[in-house]
Amino acid sequence: MADQQEVLNEVVIKFAGDSGDGMQLTGSQFTNNTAMLGLDLATFPDFPAEIRAPIGTLPGVSGFQLRFSSDRIFTPGDECDVLVAMNAAALKVNLKSLKKGGRIIANTDGFDSKNLRLANYPDGVNPLEDHSLDSYEVVTMDVTKMTREALKEIQMGTKEKDRAKNMFVLGFLYWMYNRDMDNTITFLTEKFGKKPEILESNIKALRSGYNYGDTTETFTHRFIVEKAKMEPGTYRSIMGNQALAYGLIAAGQKSGLPLFLGSYPITPASDILHELSRHKSFGIKTFQAEDEIAAIASAIGASYGGNFGLTTTSGPGMALKGEAMGLAVMLEIPLLIVDVQRGGPSTGLPTKTEQSDLLQAYYGRNGECPMPVISASTPSDCFEAAYEAVRISIQHMTPVILLSDGYIANGAEPWKFPKSEDLKPIEVNFKTQLWEGEDKFQPYLRDEKLVRPWVIPGTAGLEHRIGGLEKQNITGNISYDPDNHQLMVKIRQEKVDKIAQHIPHQKLDSGDQKGKVLVLGWGSTYGAIKSACVELRANGFPVSHAHLRYVRPFPENLGDILRNFDHVLIPELNNGQLIKIIRDVYMVDAKGYNKIMGVPFTRHELIDAIKAVAEEK
Amino acid sequence: MNVSARKDGKKTGEIFLSSSSRLPGKLFPQPTSTLVIPYLVSLIADFCVILRSNFSDMSTETIEKPALTPKDFATDQEVRWCPGCGDYSILAQVQKIMPTLGIPRENIVIVSGIGCSSRFPYYMNTYGMHSIHGRATAIASGLKGARPELSIWIVTGDGDGLSIGGNHTIHLLRRNFDVNVLLFNNQIYGLTKGQYSPTSEEKKITKSTPMGSIDHPFNPLALAMGADGSFIARTMDRDPKHLQAMLLRSQAHKGASFLEIYQNCNIFNDGAFEIFTEKSSKPEEALFLEQGKPLIFGATQNKGIRLNGFKPEVVELGDKYSADDLWIHDERDFYKAQILIRMFDDPALIGHLPRPFGVFYETDRACYEDVMTMQLEEAIAQKGKGDLDKLLKGRETWTIS
Ligand SMILES: Cc1ncc(C[n+]2csc(CCOP(=O)(O)OP(=O)(O)O)c2C)c(N)n1
Ligand code: SF4
Ligand SMILES: [Mg+2]
Repeated sequence: MADQQEVLNEVVIKFAGDSGDGMQLTGSQFTNNTAMLGLDLATFPDFPAEIRAPIGTLPGVSGFQLRFSSDRIFTPGDECDVLVAMNAAALKVNLKSLKKGGRIIANTDGFDSKNLRLANYPDGVNPLEDHSLDSYEVVTMDVTKMTREALKEIQMGTKEKDRAKNMFVLGFLYWMYNRDMDNTITFLTEKFGKKPEILESNIKALRSGYNYGDTTETFTHRFIVEKAKMEPGTYRSIMGNQALAYGLIAAGQKSGLPLFLGSYPITPASDILHELSRHKSFGIKTFQAEDEIAAIASAIGASYGGNFGLTTTSGPGMALKGEAMGLAVMLEIPLLIVDVQRGGPSTGLPTKTEQSDLLQAYYGRNGECPMPVISASTPSDCFEAAYEAVRISIQHMTPVILLSDGYIANGAEPWKFPKSEDLKPIEVNFKTQLWEGEDKFQPYLRDEKLVRPWVIPGTAGLEHRIGGLEKQNITGNISYDPDNHQLMVKIRQEKVDKIAQHIPHQKLDSGDQKGKVLVLGWGSTYGAIKSACVELRANGFPVSHAHLRYVRPFPENLGDILRNFDHVLIPELNNGQLIKIIRDVYMVDAKGYNKIMGVPFTRHELIDAIKAVAEEK
Repeated sequence: MNVSARKDGKKTGEIFLSSSSRLPGKLFPQPTSTLVIPYLVSLIADFCVILRSNFSDMSTETIEKPALTPKDFATDQEVRWCPGCGDYSILAQVQKIMPTLGIPRENIVIVSGIGCSSRFPYYMNTYGMHSIHGRATAIASGLKGARPELSIWIVTGDGDGLSIGGNHTIHLLRRNFDVNVLLFNNQIYGLTKGQYSPTSEEKKITKSTPMGSIDHPFNPLALAMGADGSFIARTMDRDPKHLQAMLLRSQAHKGASFLEIYQNCNIFNDGAFEIFTEKSSKPEEALFLEQGKPLIFGATQNKGIRLNGFKPEVVELGDKYSADDLWIHDERDFYKAQILIRMFDDPALIGHLPRPFGVFYETDRACYEDVMTMQLEEAIAQKGKGDLDKLLKGRETWTIS
């Protein structure tokens, strides 16, 4: 029995297999198990666009990367230490991201001649046998055979038995990292409680995998990663889309407004629709509309009626919602549009991440149509970003766009969740009657924030009509007057600009207030930029990092920060979008670093990019 | 009941009843001598009678708020349709029936899209939204979902509701939100100055079809039937009485009411429905449906429709056929409604059938917003009211000290 233990600082594991192999479940179970031990972690699920690409092929490979550490970490890691390859295709697709000297745990059954052919290996070539993997430590096991063997007493078809393969692997990894398996057993019991054979087969496979590690002594010792030194507090593990949904629910509760979600399913945003649909006991109404236009239109109707209307989508859906967003800008009612970005244009790369909808969010509507834009930077940050987006929308009577992306939407991390009493209250003021001295209701009479009153149908005495035609200032009546139109365009812009007075000043995430290089980021690049900056500074290289939550309007002090540095580098997962706006607004000669490959930045490439700008004169 | 003292030493309190069907056993927490019942429309007068008989030991006083008049539903905005446009008549009839519905004005919302017809909300002193082209139905779906107690009227055109907004129209009907759809069909795009629409007849010459339209037109009611609409009716701008009756029927129906209104656009498509609306041809060409009555039409009520198998045919009433041989209209007959709706012959054809007007079909089906609300109530009954802290905490947590 291998009871020797090696303590590691951190580990990156990639679970990879066919999309039918259950790798996402395996990964998320291992993640939960890890989280409960108090380690810091980050995950990166990476799945194919097709639900069932042909079995065994390269496009059918589904992966789940998990990094866990006893230090604070901010990304799922550039390279992995361990690659679990359920078949030849999984190995082929993921080998390039395995560290030299890393471990491969390969299911030999997935390397038979058929699988090798499907993975496009030349005839007669098997990487497990041809010494091409000599620079790695390869552990082979016939998972299929051993799973079948373990389940031979259970009355069920081979096909069903094979479904438990992933549990065998999970059990093996639990042994390897010295874990107990209670959380997975509880999970399986809840999931399959009504199907005793399936439950039994999964638990049996899990245990056999564990025992296999124990009895074969595959490794001479097991591995342990100690608790991370995290801020004291109570944590849970959370995924971005889930956190975003929770932020919305929290904002609904704290504002007292019922939430109404109008949505049309689209990857990678659908999970927000799914999540909100599960929480009807919070009085949340979810409406799966016939398309994205109806989705936003129904949300507009709900907001007009005094609910908080919101809609969730991704890039193609954003394009469809443009005209209705313009209507909401004219109506000046609260509304939230969540865009979980993915690779574009058109259908693009549905399951891959990108930050390429920023300009669309900024400008993608007809007419002069300003809307606040908020962005989320990590899975757990989706909570706060969503909460803040709702707050701004209600308090400034404006539609707001919230940008997330596929990477943080599906990624998980530990979250020191807040208490509801600690959340800032969100005040809602419906106007219910004429003020003293007011003889007629003026729907477009504004307060000092340039915000108009919110009057909902059912309010006697304040009946009025609103719409998308240009309105006369104050009265809201239709007006084609040239001066009035100019005035209204300016007012609508100023109203959004004024929000800058009601948001926090921009802070530096790390580094000195003044210096040579500032890295300015937004959205999901946070973790990679932070890791790169931390490492550079640890090596004596001065660099500062600011990360934007408020993308429109910018915090009031952003210009001052930018001007305190010789160089401003803006890394983005697009072809250069924030940089255009920053150059336009602040006239600073910012440099871009752009990656448009559907995957996040690695720390290494950012380190190189930062060094490169610093060397410029 | 909140009781407060008045200057004259008397105490007053108010009670608002949200339902009249089940009166609470003990209505007044304190001894009460006089009951004052303010009421809006005469419908509630019956309710006063019930109250009086229940509390006969008290003296009652009713204050009738003057009933609203059509004028109360007009706004100060100048009506901007072309003189002679059929929209005027529709506006007038809507304003006429509104005060009789017993719905407080503030609970009425008119939602429209874009088009001449969609200017409607500006002329109605209720809540209203003039939205974007084709989306009124979708906006109304959200509004009704959020606020089921509102009375929502959707005003749309043949382009707005059947072309750009066709998708939302069918989905609203199948979901059966309790709203009223008024589809102003003028068989033309009015606002954009006269292009053909999805209801324009084939070969129509318009600005965009100089050689004649090659589109096959929709039969809007067949579309509504196909979408499982629960109330389907047709009327015309030129018959105010019938129009009023159909508006009232639409409102009375619980569920999505689809009312097609033939509306003359005297600028770009004048006379499109003349044959059905003008005195000289109306009796021969228009067939008015009445529940439980035989399908009879003609200048002297001399013709009827008989079903020959599944095929409707016109018969002369007289020696050979009497009213007893005719098709008896039944709004609740799903199968016959399909045939009736397909009586859509081009009136220029020889031997064509007359065009029916009235309620083709009505059925009862659960309304989306009611079931939506029920699900929330059910979820709360099962799990208790949502607890934010419990949600945020989730099931598995760990503590770092
Ligand atoms: C997105 C969009 N496309 C096109 C238009 C132009 N447009 C306005 S109304 C209309 C057609 C209106 O026809 P209909 O619905 O029949 O209304 P009518 O004017 O005949 O009452 C069109 C094409 C628009 N306003 N918005
Ligand atoms: S164009 Fe036609 S539909 Fe439009 S207002 Fe004039 S007459 Fe009426
Ligand atoms: Mg029209």
